[in-house]
Amino acid sequence: MATVTEIPITLNNDEILRYSRHLIMPEVGMEGQQKLKTARVLCIGAGGLGSPLALYLAAAGVGTLGLVDFDVVDYTNLQRQIIHSTADVGRKKLDSAAEKLTAINPFLNIRKFDMRLSSENALELFRDFDIIADGTDNFPTRYLVNDACVLTGKPNVYGSIFRFEGQASVFATKDGPCYRCLYPEPPPPGLVPSCAEGGVLGILPGLVGVMQATEVIKLILGAGEPLIGRLLLIDALGMKFRELKLRKNPDCPVCGTHPTVTKLIDYNQFCGIRGEEKPVGTGVPEIQVEELKRRLDAKEDLFVLDVREPHEYQICNIGGYLIPLNDLPNRVHELDSSREIVVHCKMGGRSAKAVAFLQQSGFSKVRNVAGGITAWAERVDPKVPKY
Amino acid sequence: MMKRMSKIHIPTPLRQYVGKQSTVEVKAGTVGEAMNALVAQHPDVRRHLYTDDGKLRAFVNLYVNDEDIRYLQKEGTAVHEGDNISIVPSIAGGAIGPLVLSGSQR
Repeated sequence: MATVTEIPITLNNDEILRYSRHLIMPEVGMEGQQKLKTARVLCIGAGGLGSPLALYLAAAGVGTLGLVDFDVVDYTNLQRQIIHSTADVGRKKLDSAAEKLTAINPFLNIRKFDMRLSSENALELFRDFDIIADGTDNFPTRYLVNDACVLTGKPNVYGSIFRFEGQASVFATKDGPCYRCLYPEPPPPGLVPSCAEGGVLGILPGLVGVMQATEVIKLILGAGEPLIGRLLLIDALGMKFRELKLRKNPDCPVCGTHPTVTKLIDYNQFCGIRGEEKPVGTGVPEIQVEELKRRLDAKEDLFVLDVREPHEYQICNIGGYLIPLNDLPNRVHELDSSREIVVHCKMGGRSAKAVAFLQQSGFSKVRNVAGGITAWAERVDPKVPKY
Repeated sequence: MMKRMSKIHIPTPLRQYVGKQSTVEVKAGTVGEAMNALVAQHPDVRRHLYTDDGKLRAFVNLYVNDEDIRYLQKEGTAVHEGDNISIVPSIAGGAIGPLVLSGSQR
């Protein structure tokens, strides 16, 4: 005997026409589209991953879309955060995103959360949604989202990227693993390069973000095989996709049989107290770019060491002697410790490490150019491009 | 234990320490032997994978084919001819685990 659907269909004629390409497929149909309409999905982050994720969920007709982002659109975001346009630079990402999503699909209920997700607000926020999609860019938030998903019983559709590689999975389902089953401990702080230092292929969050949207839709429809217990590894350069098995860890402190984490913790501290190496860069002697310019113009005997990468040197340089930071230990003999050396990189972080290393190697006349070549471009010579 | 050729998949942030290769072939009988062969061939990669007292860093997982070695015999897991060993670090959107010790936060 055929099962009678018990889902009341509330799609009007406009919606039926809009979603016709969904409706004519048995895998979706009226019932599936109605499920999409009643679903409530929270997107954490309206940036690289959040852009394509939210755009496709909106197009698909997910009825309630929550967006969490406290950030403002930056010019360098436009290379990959395709929900934002040039005219949006300086605007709150939430407002920019909500405007585009509503333009694509006015039938949606968009809920904006202009805040930083924290242990104080996450649980209450998650309770109002069915599925959480994690598009964040830092470890404390990853662990916070994971734990809050497990504690509130909401699936965590996970995606992450670096340069040209990505990962995707679905965590925190009842019988599946959570993020902590895979990575019980966060990496130490102070050693984490951001996109600004590591770079990212613009298309990559597009690829991974749409995979997240796909998994969200599959979970809502109950169709296909979701990435539960599966870690998808994406290599965009090789265009290779590999899959690893993820198991639910019975000893997992959050989702195991005897959980020890039963409420949200201080995640910054969690990511901090595990530190094996302290962040370098505090307390090294510095030189400001104005003083550097003055002394170079006066033809003083200063040796300028540039510890960036060769491809950065090609973008812009101030004529420094290039030894990439990672090569420094092997090439330190090229430097004359009797001379006064100033070290710079892009923003001052890598060069601070270099200065500390040189000091440990017996160099006493060495200083870090505070703010790097970026500060030089901002305050000394605007003809030098920023990147 | 008999040694066999297997392939170690190197994640992006570590490729600079292994001559930019995305895979490294090693001759080994177990995962532990394969990783030792890797760091012997490419000493620069050791500190990114292992602590000073020789333990695999907590935010790095190792897989043989598609299975996590923590659920097999850990570093004693046998590798067979043609097996794929994957090094899988935690990555988090724009930020990645400290496999690249040269970077630092803004």
